[in-house]
Parts: sequence; C-alpha cells; structure tokens
Amino acid sequence: MRFMLMLKEGTGPADGPSQELMTEMGKLMEDMTKAGVLLDTAGLASVDDGARLHWDHGKLNVLDGPFAEAKEVVGGYAIIQAKSKEEALEWAKRFMRVHGEDWEITSEVRQIEEPPEEWV
Amino acid sequence: MTVSETQRTIDAVWRIESPKVIARLARLVRDVGLAEELAQDAFVAALEQWPESGVPVNPGAWLMSTAKHRAIDVLRRNERRDRKYAEVARDLDTSADDPSELDFDDEIGDDMLRLVFTACHPVLSREARVALTLRLLGGLTTAEIARAYLVPEATVAQRIVRAKRTIARKQVPYEIPQGPELATRLTSVLEVIYLIFNEGYAATAGDDWVRPDLCEDALRLGRVLAGLMPKESEVHGLIALMEIQASRLAARVGPEGEAVLLLDQDRRRWDHLLIRRGLVALDRAERLGGQAGPYVLQASIAACHARARTAEETDWTRIAALYWALGQVAPSPIVEVNRAVALGKAVGPAVGLELIDQLRSAAVLDGYHPLHSVRGDLLAQLGRDAEARQEFETAAGLTDNESERALLRRRAAELAGP
Repeated sequence: MRFMLMLKEGTGPADGPSQELMTEMGKLMEDMTKAGVLLDTAGLASVDDGARLHWDHGKLNVLDGPFAEAKEVVGGYAIIQAKSKEEALEWAKRFMRVHGEDWEITSEVRQIEEPPEEWV
Repeated sequence: MTVSETQRTIDAVWRIESPKVIARLARLVRDVGLAEELAQDAFVAALEQWPESGVPVNPGAWLMSTAKHRAIDVLRRNERRDRKYAEVARDLDTSADDPSELDFDDEIGDDMLRLVFTACHPVLSREARVALTLRLLGGLTTAEIARAYLVPEATVAQRIVRAKRTIARKQVPYEIPQGPELATRLTSVLEVIYLIFNEGYAATAGDDWVRPDLCEDALRLGRVLAGLMPKESEVHGLIALMEIQASRLAARVGPEGEAVLLLDQDRRRWDHLLIRRGLVALDRAERLGGQAGPYVLQASIAACHARARTAEETDWTRIAALYWALGQVAPSPIVEVNRAVALGKAVGPAVGLELIDQLRSAAVLDGYHPLHSVRGDLLAQLGRDAEARQEFETAAGLTDNESERALLRRRAAELAGP
C-alpha cells in the first residue's frame, strides 16, 4: 500500500526552522529511507509564487498567491510504502514529533488508490 | 484510542522496530532464537500495557529496554545450567541502562547486517531462509507469511522453529562475513530477497498470477539492505531489477485476472515512480564500477524495456548483447532461451529458432515451459502454425500457474485456423 503524507505549512519561530529541526528531519528521512519505506519526497516552493484555479460551472478564475489561509497550504509531501494505515500514521507521527514544542503544524495521511483495472 | 486501534498501532510499531530490536538483542544474548523470543515477549508486554499507558514516544527504545530486562531474568535463571549464559547476563547487567544500547545508533547497522547474514545462512534450506528473513527482517507475523505462501500457519511456525534450532546447533556465528566469504554469502542474501519477490511477481502456486504484497515486502527488504551495504553494486542492481519489474505489476494482469506478457502490456499502466527509482538504483550500481554482476545485467535488460515508450521501440540488439554478457557471468540455459527471444526480435525469428533448437538438444530444459512457449512464438512468426500450436499446448501442460496456462491455451487456440 502507498500513502501520501501531505505536510501543511505551520506556524513556528520567526526565524524559521532551527538547525536542530533540520538535523532531526534529515535523520528521520534517512531512517525512512533505510527502512525501505520512503519512495519519494519533495518540498514545494513558496505559495506566494503559486496560483489557484477555480472552475465554476464553466467560468474559470485564476488567482495568484499569496493566499490568506496558510494552514491549508501544502508545503511538501512524502510518498511512502507501508503495510497498513497504522504504519503510515506511525511514520507521520514521527514527522510531527521532530518539530518539538515550537511549532504548530498539520499533516494529512491519505492512501494512494491502486490504479484502476482499466483506463483509457 | 480504542483497544483494537492500539493493537493495530502496536502491530505497526512491531513491523518498524522489531528487526532492530532483534538484531541488537541477538548480539547481546548471542542467540538469534532467544533474541526473537525476548522481542516477542516485549511485544506482548506492549499489548498489555500500551492500551492503558498509551504508546510511548520512543516505542523502539521501550521495546528494547523491556526485552533487555527480560533477557537478564531469563539468563539468570539459566546460568546454573550454562556458564555462557552467566557471562552474557553479567555483560547485560552492566549495560542495562546504557542509553546507547537503547537508542539505535550507527552500530545498529552492523547488528542488522549480522541478522541478515544469519537469516540467510547457507546451513538453512531456502524455504527456511525465506521464512526467517520475512519474520526477523521483514517484521511479518507467522500468519502473514503463511497467507503469502498459501501454506498452513503451523507449517511456517515449524519452519521457523527448525531454522532457529539449526542456527543454534550448527553454532552459526552472529557476524558479518569478511574477505572472500562475503561475496558468496551476499549471493545467498540477494537470492533470498529475489525469491520472495519472484513468488509475488510470478506466483508458482495458486490461482493468482501476481501477489503484489510479497513484491512490496521484497522491495522493502532490498532497500533496507541497500542502506546497510551501499557500496555493493549487486545490491543496487537487485533493487533496480525489482523496482522496474514491480512497475509492471498492474499491467501484467488483464481485466479477467489473466496474465498479460511484457510486449502486450499497456505501457501507460506502468508505474513511473518505480521505474524512476529503478533507473536511479541502476545508475548507482553502474557508478560503483567493477564488472557488472548478474543482477546489474538483469536490471539493465529490464531498463531497456522500461525506457522504450512502445514495444516496437525496444532496443533488442542491446538486450541480446546484455543476455550474452549475462550468460558469461551466470551461464544458464534459461538465459539462453531469453537471448534467443532477443535475437529473434533483433535479427529475425529464424536466428532465434536456431539457438532454441540447439538448446532443445540439451535435456536440462525438458520440463521448462518457457522453452516451448518461446519456440511456439518463433514458429508462429515463421508461419509454421501447426508446430507452433503443438509447442503452446506442451508449454500449457507444463506450467503450474492457472492464469499462465489459460494464456498459453489461448495462443494455441488462435493458431487453430478457421
């Protein structure tokens, strides 16, 4: 089974992630790689340079960033192979914990659907 | 959290942490079988305590520390019987609260390697190596292994018990082989992982053509091994091979569950994330240099297919050359059958058939059904339909896989004429 961990942008110290957080995060990513779990991961560039598209019954609206609700903005993702949803959750919990006391962040764990039997 | 949720979380923690816990314990107590039992006891303790206390922040360290204290008890009880145990218990006592032994530091890699080489030790039968590897390194339960191999749980349990006993009886040292021994022992490790993968990729038993879970287990084990032995090109070669082959899992099965062969697959259904990972692993293997081993060569062949956007774009000349090289480092009539296929595509069916007919005189391939299906295919291309049909029928009679048999029967029927 594959899962996508979507990492939302959070609120933390004004000067951004500490060196310690970066080191711990690096270590966790290494652990996940060595456990054969992490398939792919990337951070997304600032939402300020992104755009949002909205389709409303035939009317297209394109809105350039930045946007108001930072909490809903996906800042990065990780695709992992896990044996169960609980295992995916366990890795996600570890990701959250490395942020320590200084951060408030949200992440979402979603199973990636297996490809359908037939598609054109 | 409800009890069953906690239980599932503990299962997940077990899968993640048990290989490390067992690997470390086995070094401390100098006995893989005992280490596994101690880890299992710690797991049972977790099942009793965590639903009440909650899952600890560092569950691996909790399991390790619980298992270690239990180890001291067990060894003390045994020390009158055996002086070895007394010694081990004393060492353990002094290090019981040494945080470095609870925190999985750099040395855990060496412990894991020791466990890998023990589980795949040549004194064990292939079946025992497979079961032990999935159990100790893959973190699978006996029930999960039994389900994957379609055998009763008791059979797997028995296999594991016997394997642990053999390791103890033959006094297999808990160590990483050194010098020239390393290469042959690594071959056994790679073979075990690839056996697991292949049972998932082309099931030898049962009605299903593929069992993706086993492929995932093998991939995971392979990736773990690559982390432990990053300088071994064959390890990366094996991963490249498995990732690329696994990329075709969805495309290998048709809507009715039937087998779809490589050249007939809808390539849009290939998994490009796995292909990319496979090509990266192959690149890593090639950068390490040295003579390309069998896994690197097989991965290179798989990569030729992965790079071709359509079956027609396949570089058969390169594939034929790679099979030739593979035949040099790992001579096998099976490799020659595949070389005949590639030659048939690169040069023409008559050339492929010539090689196949040379192989046919070698009796070793008598029961090897691909020889017959390949010969059937080449004959069909040459318009010799009646002979081709006969070969497909023979091949169908030789395979144990239902789905593959149906495919071969279908091909025979297509040649039946109006």
